[in-house]
Amino acid sequence: MAKTPVTFTLNDAETALFVDPGANLNEVLRRGAGDLTTKHGCGQGTCGACTVLIDGVPHLSCLTLAETVERRRIDTAGGLAGGPNLHALQTAFMEGFAAQCGFCTAGMLMAAKGLLDANPNPTRDEVAEAISGNLCRCTGYEPIIDAILTAAARMQGRAV
Amino acid sequence: MLSVETFPTLQEAAGAVGPRAKFLGGGTLVMRAVSYGDQSFEKIVRAKTVDRAIGSHAAGLRVGAGATMADVLAARDLEFLHPVARAIGGPAIRNMATVGGNLFAPNPYGDFAAALLALDASVEMADGRTMPLADLLATRDHVTGLVAGVVFQRPESSAFRFRKISRVKPKGVPVISIAVHLKRGDPRVVFGNMAPVPARSVGAERALANGSDGAAIDAACAACLEGLAPEDDALATEWYRREVAPIHLRRLLEDGGQI
Amino acid sequence: MSSIEFRKDLFADERDDTLKEIGKPTIRQDILGHVTGRTPFYDDHQFEGMLHMRAVRSPHHHAQIRSIDTSAAENMPGVRRVATAKDVPVNLNTLLSLINFGRDDEPLCAHDKVRYMGETVAWVIADTERQARDACAAVRVDYSVLPHVLDVEEAIAPSAPVVNEVYPNNTFDYHEKYDHQKLRFGDVNAAFAKADHVIEAEYQMSPIEQAPIETCGAIAAPETNDRFVCHTNTQALFFSLGTTAKLLDMASSRLHFIGGTAGGGFGGKVDSIVEPTAVLGAVLTGRPVRFAWDREEEMQVGAPRGGERWRIKDGVMADGRIVAREFTGFFDSGAYMRLSPYAIVKCTGHLPGPYSIPNVASNVYCVVTNRTPATAMRGFGITAADFAIECHMDRVAEAVGMNPVELRILNAYRDGDMKAHRRLAKNTALIECCQVAAGKAKWAISTDAAAQSSKVGGGGERAAIPESVTDEEGRIGTRRAGQTQGAAPATNSTGRVAAGTAGAATSGAPVQNSDMEIDAERIGHRMGSTPVSAPPVAPSPPVAPTPQAPAPNPAASVPTPPATPTPPPASEPYQPEKPFSRGVNRPGASRFTSGFRRR
Repeated sequence: MAKTPVTFTLNDAETALFVDPGANLNEVLRRGAGDLTTKHGCGQGTCGACTVLIDGVPHLSCLTLAETVERRRIDTAGGLAGGPNLHALQTAFMEGFAAQCGFCTAGMLMAAKGLLDANPNPTRDEVAEAISGNLCRCTGYEPIIDAILTAAARMQGRAV
Repeated sequence: MLSVETFPTLQEAAGAVGPRAKFLGGGTLVMRAVSYGDQSFEKIVRAKTVDRAIGSHAAGLRVGAGATMADVLAARDLEFLHPVARAIGGPAIRNMATVGGNLFAPNPYGDFAAALLALDASVEMADGRTMPLADLLATRDHVTGLVAGVVFQRPESSAFRFRKISRVKPKGVPVISIAVHLKRGDPRVVFGNMAPVPARSVGAERALANGSDGAAIDAACAACLEGLAPEDDALATEWYRREVAPIHLRRLLEDGGQI
Repeated sequence: MSSIEFRKDLFADERDDTLKEIGKPTIRQDILGHVTGRTPFYDDHQFEGMLHMRAVRSPHHHAQIRSIDTSAAENMPGVRRVATAKDVPVNLNTLLSLINFGRDDEPLCAHDKVRYMGETVAWVIADTERQARDACAAVRVDYSVLPHVLDVEEAIAPSAPVVNEVYPNNTFDYHEKYDHQKLRFGDVNAAFAKADHVIEAEYQMSPIEQAPIETCGAIAAPETNDRFVCHTNTQALFFSLGTTAKLLDMASSRLHFIGGTAGGGFGGKVDSIVEPTAVLGAVLTGRPVRFAWDREEEMQVGAPRGGERWRIKDGVMADGRIVAREFTGFFDSGAYMRLSPYAIVKCTGHLPGPYSIPNVASNVYCVVTNRTPATAMRGFGITAADFAIECHMDRVAEAVGMNPVELRILNAYRDGDMKAHRRLAKNTALIECCQVAAGKAKWAISTDAAAQSSKVGGGGERAAIPESVTDEEGRIGTRRAGQTQGAAPATNSTGRVAAGTAGAATSGAPVQNSDMEIDAERIGHRMGSTPVSAPPVAPSPPVAPTPQAPAPNPAASVPTPPATPTPPPASEPYQPEKPFSRGVNRPGASRFTSGFRRR
């Protein structure tokens, strides 16, 4: 099968891979690049579990043709922490019980990061809107929204 | 065996699409079909340059087919279409899904196409042809060529209204969607999911031709199903759609249309 | 911010309030993995050369399979193996067979006919998922479409098509006698005759899909020593292991199942389908194989909580006391039984809901239809019946012109009351629940209702088992023969059970030993007629390992037989030093009741 080369930056690391024709970014990240932090939930844009940032903007990796990310930057949950230091979102999710089974968490975190990078002081409604494409079946959305607001406040040095 | 062909321009890509080849816009439709093993095509065609421009045009406003829903939301010129774009998907979908792709989105999708139909939009093809959007929708399963952009006139303030009826809050796939453009003497009432493609309600339009007072709204709701043929799907039966369409049309006409 | 309010004033004297965790903020022990994306879900186990397995599925609700032509699929690029029913060594199972409940009724892969839309008829194993999908589309199945039935009551009509030949009456057989589960307590018909109002209504609940964000899936791979490892997101690891061992006729000791991490389950991951399928794929190809449902499969073939239909008939006095309640219930089990027969038994123990009603009768049917089989989901067997009961309580309140909360408090069960299934109610709290809920909702209730307590007023006469009427309606097979009056509990009683008769407790599987000592013969799946050996009493000398290299031909359809086990000496059964026990060991308390309960 003829494969196509694609190079991109994955969480600061230069990555070059050969991909199958028609392969989506989710399978390429997971099985090609070995970044298993991005999940696959539906393959049809319904659940948001596969959300990654492409050039800083949330995209669904399962609906992204892998070869279209040539020379672009991909951020996944695997790159959220700075070495041993967790991102404020991760800490807030931990403390706020914002995950139960954990399967939607990576996508939630990336949707939230996309929001906070563009809008550091979101309202509660803006947070709800930002994760409106991400389904959670266990926790309920309120603790997740709380955690994102908590993280935003901490990142801005505000009291929670 | 699936293959991908990439062309520098839309015009060149237009020559490669055909019965067994699909053009990749934002990916939300084509990549889903690929992942689910759709056997109806074996070639993905894409263009390296994408027209995402939004701006004024001799005939009003022009939106490049590659503009995403997020692009629409960022364009001040298109403020009247923001409620439509915001109703589509979550942020990630809106960063991907394109205006051009929405014209080909099968039921239950295609909210933006319904809105454009209510605006009497015309479609610019990559080869320079133009055609009314209604004509494209009628033939979209076997149309040749590629859409380059859509052109339409700015509606008078508050004349354009949109409502999407979903069973999921805050948002979800629509049971039906309704777009209304209350042009004096020549109104447009368009339903999504009340026919195989977004379709005008001739009965409602006739009733609203001379204004939209209470009596006209009553008449429009009574006649709005004329010529429409909703179908059953996983979201609702055609019976349910027939039952609720007049109710939601009334709310849209009476209260101005909140999503 | 969500908040929890603890009402420690309620039942304060009955509780030892030394809770160390409940009510205090805590950090989940697994959450660091979740927020860093490092939690290993089944699909996060990578194997070199892993193949992808997909199922060919029935487009019909009910059809005879005339033939299956896999030749085109076998020659497609990347295809390693096409498998059908004949590749499954023991292609008939029922989930609860592991506890001796029900008859084997479901194949892993359909062979003679398909009984629901989406049922598996073949599999393709290929290098990539896309290749497997393409080849699935090329498998040609010649079907002869049969009439189907999708409604529970149509399915028990005499003229209904037989869905599953193992249950030819389209109902589960209860106690080898009836086509439904009976409950008889007192005499409802005598009570209806004396009641001021008789209120009847029907309630219908749709199937509900669990819809976990992570769909069902498993990855199986050959391991050393002729074993197979299986990474799975099952909610019931040993259930899945036992089921796999049975279907593949493989000693369970050859299966190494790794699970415990599920991306949501809610009951939808107990059915043990993806595990035997993935292991079968690994057996047939000698390669790691991934078998995972996509979202459409999860919705179409993933077993939901089944649809239920309930008819409730209440006899009510003018003051709101409910003196009789009759149920006719239908569980839509879909094409196969899985866990539905059990759900009905559980449900019957719950009737008539949390109320003390002196006369109760119920007929509940586990009905086979051409729908997707139903299974566990969050309180299945109880939730839909409760929905019907509570809707009906509101209807009763309206009929007698009563505050619906007060009606519930008036009829609520209390500590010491006899329930219809002849167990005393204890730890009841409905009254307090109603009082607190009414307060929160600012819903006024009378001072009398507000003064009631679950701990007062129960027992005494309310603890007695009444004389109960019985009937023999609905013997297995009589309904199809047109010899039954209807589905509801019979109005013409044919027998009486004396007051105070509790009946003998029965259970599906006899307890192996009174002290739960492990019966060595029952450890692991029994292979054919040869029992798996018990652990040797003395360590055996090392023996030369039997070569068990994978068959060179990946198309070999018969799994390698295991080494012949050494039968245990009959005179020396396995004797543990101490009897196995679990649970609390407290004088006067059942050892199978764990933790503290209200006394």
